[in-house]
Amino acid sequence: MAGKRVGVLALQGAFIEHETALLRCGAIPIQVRTSQELEEIEALIIPGGESTTIGKLMHRFGLLDPIRSRAAEGMPIWGTCAGMILLAKEIVETEQVSLSLMNMAVRRNAFGRQIESFETVLQIEGLPPSRAVFIRAPYVERVWGEARILSYYRDKAVMVRENNLLATAFHPELTEDLNIHRYFLAMFN
Amino acid sequence: MQEIGTFKVKTGLAQMLKGGVIMDVTTPEQAQIAEAAGACAVMALERVPADIRAAGGIARMADPSIVLKIMEAVTIPVMAKCRIGHFVEAQILQALGIDYIDESEVLTPADEKYHVNKHLFKVPFVCGARNLGEALRRIGEGAAMIRTKGEPGTGNVVEAVRHIRQVNDEIRWIANLPEEELMNAAKEMGAPYELVLQVAKNKALPVVNFAAGGIATPADAALMMQLGCDGIFVGSGIFKSGDPERRAQAIVAATTHFQDSAILAEISRDLGEAMSGIDIMTIEPQDRMQDRGW
Repeated sequence: MAGKRVGVLALQGAFIEHETALLRCGAIPIQVRTSQELEEIEALIIPGGESTTIGKLMHRFGLLDPIRSRAAEGMPIWGTCAGMILLAKEIVETEQVSLSLMNMAVRRNAFGRQIESFETVLQIEGLPPSRAVFIRAPYVERVWGEARILSYYRDKAVMVRENNLLATAFHPELTEDLNIHRYFLAMFN
Repeated sequence: MQEIGTFKVKTGLAQMLKGGVIMDVTTPEQAQIAEAAGACAVMALERVPADIRAAGGIARMADPSIVLKIMEAVTIPVMAKCRIGHFVEAQILQALGIDYIDESEVLTPADEKYHVNKHLFKVPFVCGARNLGEALRRIGEGAAMIRTKGEPGTGNVVEAVRHIRQVNDEIRWIANLPEEELMNAAKEMGAPYELVLQVAKNKALPVVNFAAGGIATPADAALMMQLGCDGIFVGSGIFKSGDPERRAQAIVAATTHFQDSAILAEISRDLGEAMSGIDIMTIEPQDRMQDRGW
């Protein structure tokens, strides 16, 4: 299982934290800033950060279409927080650049501003309870098609999978818990 | 179960800002220009540091109306500054729902001995530091993010470079000391011993460290990133330049592609006039903002 080459989109945000977690899982993290770097990877993580910033940089440096076509070929992609927003086909009440890949509607800053940011323990389908950090986090208002909700916080959907695509509203990379990184790595061989 | 205002949540937002540019803005229109250019956050102010420097007098927290209008104008995080030691300005900013407070030497200090006890707040704080001891004192007081002080409002990167090099030098020094010498190092730096132990073990600050104070060009931003900063604050450098929009976009791109000189060469072209700037040697010692805070 070791040695999977996993790209981490390194335009802006907490990409180093994902690299550290991937190393601890035995995978090989690769920073991705250009479309050439995209060709070297088997899977991609879009980290937390500012979704508007990351979206603009993806557009400016020509990454949107190459990522979309890799996704269509079946490459696994996992978005955390900003990454979840960038994967959603619908972003509620805002207009911004995104990949528009997953059948879900996501609301930004849905739990409130920074002073409402929180830590909790989540129940996740098929995994042990996980410590979760939510920072100005989005939640998923609805899903359709093949998208499936894997976790709720109170009555809000915060983790969704659709075939090769995974999205979490929270940040497993800020905790010691590697279960969700392992889950993502198990999505491909 | 839900825990808010934890240190992890406070440092977590700073981690999400990494690799990004936080821009000083004084109006909702400027905030929207900054957001459109790709800023990862904005700092809401009444005046940018260059104008504070020019105006003289006492510089205070911004009027809450300005802060609120800027918060309404953008979806990215909004920061605001309080005076060093002015914990009531900090309480007011927290009550407004601001996302981060900068306890800043750009404003006139309210206390010449003590900084704000930042542990008492749910909102996270960023503070300036010229060296490791100062950074660890601020973290000891509860700061969840550090930045270089540089010399604000000058468009001159030399002081920010001095400060990041100093912090890095001292981290390397600490990391190479035998354990029995760390208590004395803590004493010499005036830094909390527990944090000195943590730096020695991890060979890094326990929180994110941004560059601030004098960054005016994409090359300045990339320089600070290559020197090991986690991200960039630009104060006067954008809205005191000839073409703020283009310059803001270029500094954002330079902060991402800080190691790619071909991209840096491309994005540095035709940006119009940079802010004119001030040579540090011409600023009288009593006018140096970096010497505020202790």
